[in-house]
Amino acid sequence: MPNKSDPTVSPSTLILVATRKGAWFVHGDATRSRWRLEGPHFLGHIVNHLVLDPRDGRNLLAAVSTGHLGPTVFRSTDLGASWKEAARPPAFAKSPDGQGRAVDHTFWLTPGHPSEPDCWYAGTSPQGLFRSEDGGDTWAPFSSINDDPDYRRWMGTVQDGTPDGPKLHSIIVDPRDPAHLYFAMSGGGVHESRDGGRTFKPLLKGLEVVEGFDVADPTFHDPHCIRLSPANPDRLYQQNHCGLYRLDRPDDNWVRIGNTMPGEVGDIGFPMVVHPRDADRVWVFPMDGQTVWPRTSPDGKPAVYGTRDGGDSWQRLDAGLPSEQAWWTVKRQAMTADAHDPVGLYFGTTSGELWMSADEGGAWTCIARHLPEIYAVEVAQPAETPGR
Amino acid sequence: MKVLIPTPLRSYTGERLVPAEGATLAEVLADLDERYPGIRFRVIDEQDRMRPHMRFFVNGRAVHDLSVPLTEVDEVVIVQALSGG
Repeated sequence: MPNKSDPTVSPSTLILVATRKGAWFVHGDATRSRWRLEGPHFLGHIVNHLVLDPRDGRNLLAAVSTGHLGPTVFRSTDLGASWKEAARPPAFAKSPDGQGRAVDHTFWLTPGHPSEPDCWYAGTSPQGLFRSEDGGDTWAPFSSINDDPDYRRWMGTVQDGTPDGPKLHSIIVDPRDPAHLYFAMSGGGVHESRDGGRTFKPLLKGLEVVEGFDVADPTFHDPHCIRLSPANPDRLYQQNHCGLYRLDRPDDNWVRIGNTMPGEVGDIGFPMVVHPRDADRVWVFPMDGQTVWPRTSPDGKPAVYGTRDGGDSWQRLDAGLPSEQAWWTVKRQAMTADAHDPVGLYFGTTSGELWMSADEGGAWTCIARHLPEIYAVEVAQPAETPGR
Repeated sequence: MKVLIPTPLRSYTGERLVPAEGATLAEVLADLDERYPGIRFRVIDEQDRMRPHMRFFVNGRAVHDLSVPLTEVDEVVIVQALSGG
C-alpha cells in the first residue's frame, strides 16, 4: 500500500482500466470528485490485466493479445507514453513432439515481494504459472506445476474450462515472506507454497464443489478470486463458484461466510475486495448463478455487498446504482480499492461503465461509460515525475 | 524474397512489404524475427505451430507446414483470418 506521507507518491488517484478492446487510464484529482479519461492504449487489443508496480510506481505491465495474434506483455516506464514489448513473453516449454500446450493469453499479473524488486508473476490460459526476474522483460515457466502430472490432471483440458479458457489467477505473495505464495485456478482449486514455489500443495479443506463431484479432487474446485488482507496477511478471503469463504491461517479450513447473504441474492460472484486497513471489511459483487448461470446482476438490480465483521453479516450497498433493468456484472479482476481514508471503491462492468464510491460503498457514481467490456480495474500510485 | 505483412503486424515492420531470407518458411520467419524482434511469436506458438487464424501463402497457395522450401523468387504473404466482432 502506498505511504501517504511519502513525498514521491502522487496525491491524485489513477485507475487503470483493461478492456476487451484496449486500455484506458482514468485520472482523478485529490478529492476523487473529478475524473479524466485518457486513452485508448492498444486499441483493438484484448487487455486482460494492467498493473503498475507498487514497489517503484514506474514499471507498468500490460498483458495483451488479440483475437488472432499470439499473446504478449508490454511494458512502460512513462505511464503509457511509450510501450516496449517483452523480449520473451510467457510461453510453455517446448514439447519434443510439438504437441505441448501454448499460452493463449496471459490473464493475471502480480508484482513480486518488495525484497525481490524486479520479480513478477503471471498466470495464463491455459493454466500456467510464470515468473520474470527482470521487471517483465523475459518470462520463464515457474515451479514444476506447469508439467507436473498431478497438476496437469487437476488443470484438466480446455474443454473443462470457461468458454474463453481456464485461467490461473489470484497469484498472491505473502508480504512477510517472499517464499510464501498462493495461486488459484479457475478449474483446479487453490494452492500454496512455503518454499518459494519449489513445491505447491492444494488448500481446499472446507470448500464445497458442485453436487455429485468429489470434494477431495482439486479438479472440481472452481475458485473465482482469492484476496489476502493487507491488514492481516494471515487472513484470506475467497469468492468461489460455490460461495464465499474466509480462511484464518495457520488453520487450513475455509469457512463459508456467504450463507448470511440474502437468499434471493446468493453468494455467487466473481470479484472480491478487502479493506486495506481492516481485515474484517470486504466487498463483493453478487451475480445470478442460478439455472443456466445468467451471470448478470440478480434480478437486474446491481449491488455491492459489504461486511464489517468478516462475513458474519452483509449490507447491501446500491445507492446511486441503477434500481432496475441493469443486466451487467463485474469480472474477477474488475473491482478494487484505493488506500485513501475513507477508502475509494471502483468497479468496471461488462457493459463498459466504470463506477466508484468515495465513501466505502455508501454511494456510487459512474465516472466513465461507453467503454468496451471491462476485464480489469486496478488502482495505481505513480511515482512523481519532475515536470509532470 | 519479399514478405507481405498484414496490418496487425506492421507495428513491428513499419512497412507492408519487407525483405527476408531463408530456404524454408521456418527460416524466413526466424529471419523476420531477427529483423523485427517479437513478430514470430505473434504468429507461431511455442510448439512451433501456426497460431489459429494466422494463414501463410506462398505464390498464392496456402501452406500449412513451416518446412515448406522457398526460393529467392517466391512471394510470401502472411494473412490474419479476421472474423467475429
